[in-house]
Amino acid sequence: MTTQLNSSFRGTQDLPKWLSPTLLVSFFLASFGLQVLIASDSDSAEINFIPVAIFGLVGFTVAIYVISRIIEGVRKATDRLVTIMVSTAFSLALIPLLSLAYTVVTKGVARFDAEFFTFSMRNIVGEGGGALHAIIGTVEITGIATLISVPIGIMAAIYLVEYGRGTIARLVTFFVDVMTGVPSIVAGLFAYALFVIFFGPGVRMGLGGAIALSLLMIPVVIRATEEMLKIVPNELREAAYALGVPKWLTVLKVVLPTSLAGIATGIMIAIARVIGETAPLLLIAGFTASMNYNPLNERMMTLPVFVYTSYANQGVDMQAYLDRAWAGALTLMLIVMVLNLVARLISKYFSPKG
Amino acid sequence: MSKRIELKSLDVYYKAFLAVQDVSMVIEPKAITAFIGPSGCGKSTLIRTLNRMHEVIPGARVEGQLLMDGEDVYGPDVDPVRVRRQVGMVFQRPNPFPTMSIKDNVLSGYKLNNSRMSKAEAEEITEKALVGANLWNEVKDRLEKPGSGLSGGQQQRLCIARAIAVEPDVILMDEPTSALDPISTAAIEDLAVELKEQFTVVIVTHNMQQASRISDMTAFFNIAGSGLPGKLIEYDKTEKVFSNPTEQQTEDYVSGRFG
Ligand SMILES: Nc1ncnc2c1ncn2[C@@H]1O[C@H](COP(=O)(O)OP(=O)(O)OP(=O)(O)O)[C@@H](O)[C@H]1O
Ligand SMILES: [Mg+2]
Repeated sequence: MTTQLNSSFRGTQDLPKWLSPTLLVSFFLASFGLQVLIASDSDSAEINFIPVAIFGLVGFTVAIYVISRIIEGVRKATDRLVTIMVSTAFSLALIPLLSLAYTVVTKGVARFDAEFFTFSMRNIVGEGGGALHAIIGTVEITGIATLISVPIGIMAAIYLVEYGRGTIARLVTFFVDVMTGVPSIVAGLFAYALFVIFFGPGVRMGLGGAIALSLLMIPVVIRATEEMLKIVPNELREAAYALGVPKWLTVLKVVLPTSLAGIATGIMIAIARVIGETAPLLLIAGFTASMNYNPLNERMMTLPVFVYTSYANQGVDMQAYLDRAWAGALTLMLIVMVLNLVARLISKYFSPKG
Repeated sequence: MSKRIELKSLDVYYKAFLAVQDVSMVIEPKAITAFIGPSGCGKSTLIRTLNRMHEVIPGARVEGQLLMDGEDVYGPDVDPVRVRRQVGMVFQRPNPFPTMSIKDNVLSGYKLNNSRMSKAEAEEITEKALVGANLWNEVKDRLEKPGSGLSGGQQQRLCIARAIAVEPDVILMDEPTSALDPISTAAIEDLAVELKEQFTVVIVTHNMQQASRISDMTAFFNIAGSGLPGKLIEYDKTEKVFSNPTEQQTEDYVSGRFG
């Protein structure tokens, strides 16, 4: 009986585990060898790696599909084919990412030194100097933008999910959608126009940059918070109501803590989204070579603008300017990475434990 | 404390849909009253009107009168939040607060309402409620652990502890054991019988044996067809309903001929 049962469950023979990777490597080697032959035949000594990859992959796919189809049957062969397609798509998506990270790191390390983090660009022509003024500016401007956006965003999301009904809620949702699509330069122009009303034309101010960034941040925070509040099970709200807890306390002490981890992650993503904005800051915060700690007064440098101006206005010692630009880009990338790490830690420590 | 609940021709609506029609009955204090009937006949709907949870759903409303010890629960100046503090509720699926420890779950009725209490008081209330819910021995060594780490049956008893910790007058249970195994079910049934010493207990159940085992009074609801309102068919002492019901429909239902 047992043996019969077993045999009715047994499929066709499986391919040995080592076969697939071995085939993959051999097809790539073969394809590489072919290219070397072709290259030595023709005059160009260059080996183009794109055909190597394409021929290797296609050859491997055809071979494994045919072998698998013969030995393992249609279902497993299809499974292998789809697995290969998905992995290929994934690798393709990864290539630009890795190449970008590699480029920024290799070019950025040249000036990623102590001076870079302790000096501004005041009175510096050519080599040396640093981006401290830009780092300070970025931290202050995005910090203020976060302080403005997070309360507004969270409260708007709470309104939409917990209280909003009817026309007003639909209107708010509509405007959030519209705001999500506002080009960043428009946000910068808006902040500039707003500040001109109070301070006259030609105004430059760090605070203006923060306003422009918060315009871009608020819809992102609203959307993220909304999604997180929506997935808080209704049963928890009902449990609180049934204990005689008023609605506002239920929101404050049950709904928000339950979704805190997700909201924090959303905020970090929103910050990462705006910290690299250049256009609006160029308009309203302007650029400068000097330190400026005061967001209410005069021009303020930021990292993206630092990168842009270093690249755009290369001085006589071109390489020094380029190196600083790459170091600025690397710093920016590291800041975003740290923000992502912080978001992960927050969601790890605050998410409900089971 | 334990209160007598009186329903006087209560109609319960979801927007324009009349879900339960014309229910009049008296729910006795210090007794267990069971609501039985086929799915969709409005048992959950009706039990949720008793603590004004029904109106949490947009468009839901109630007509008729509901008195608790003579006081009109739906009176014009009655605060539903205050009603719910006196009428505890246990839901079909255990729903402890996932961000809170076991102890905080028990105390949630106080903590969520910002009530201040001394540490000694908090400990006393926690122990009393957990003992009352037959859970103390199982969790006394891990009160600071999250409540969602308990088994389903333990979680449900934690929810009962949470409900009795605020010392209500009435406890409502909507199919409290339908998600539980027989042993946890037995534990909760025993608990319900103990709770009736102090509280008015109303329990919705699909389990006929459960109703006949633990309840003193049984209300049978039925529905004539989909889209029609549920109605109270028969309400009497549990032995009477199960052994010698007046209505043919009740007889058919309790004997398992339909439903
Ligand atoms: N939120 C709601 N909005 C509109 N109609 C509802 C809502 N909840 C329940 N109803 C309707 O009210 C009627 C009674 O439902 P109710 O949940 O009270 O039945 P029940 O007796 O508890 O059934 P069950 O035994 O399956 O839990 C049903 O027709 C149902 O479709
Ligand atoms: Mg129900």
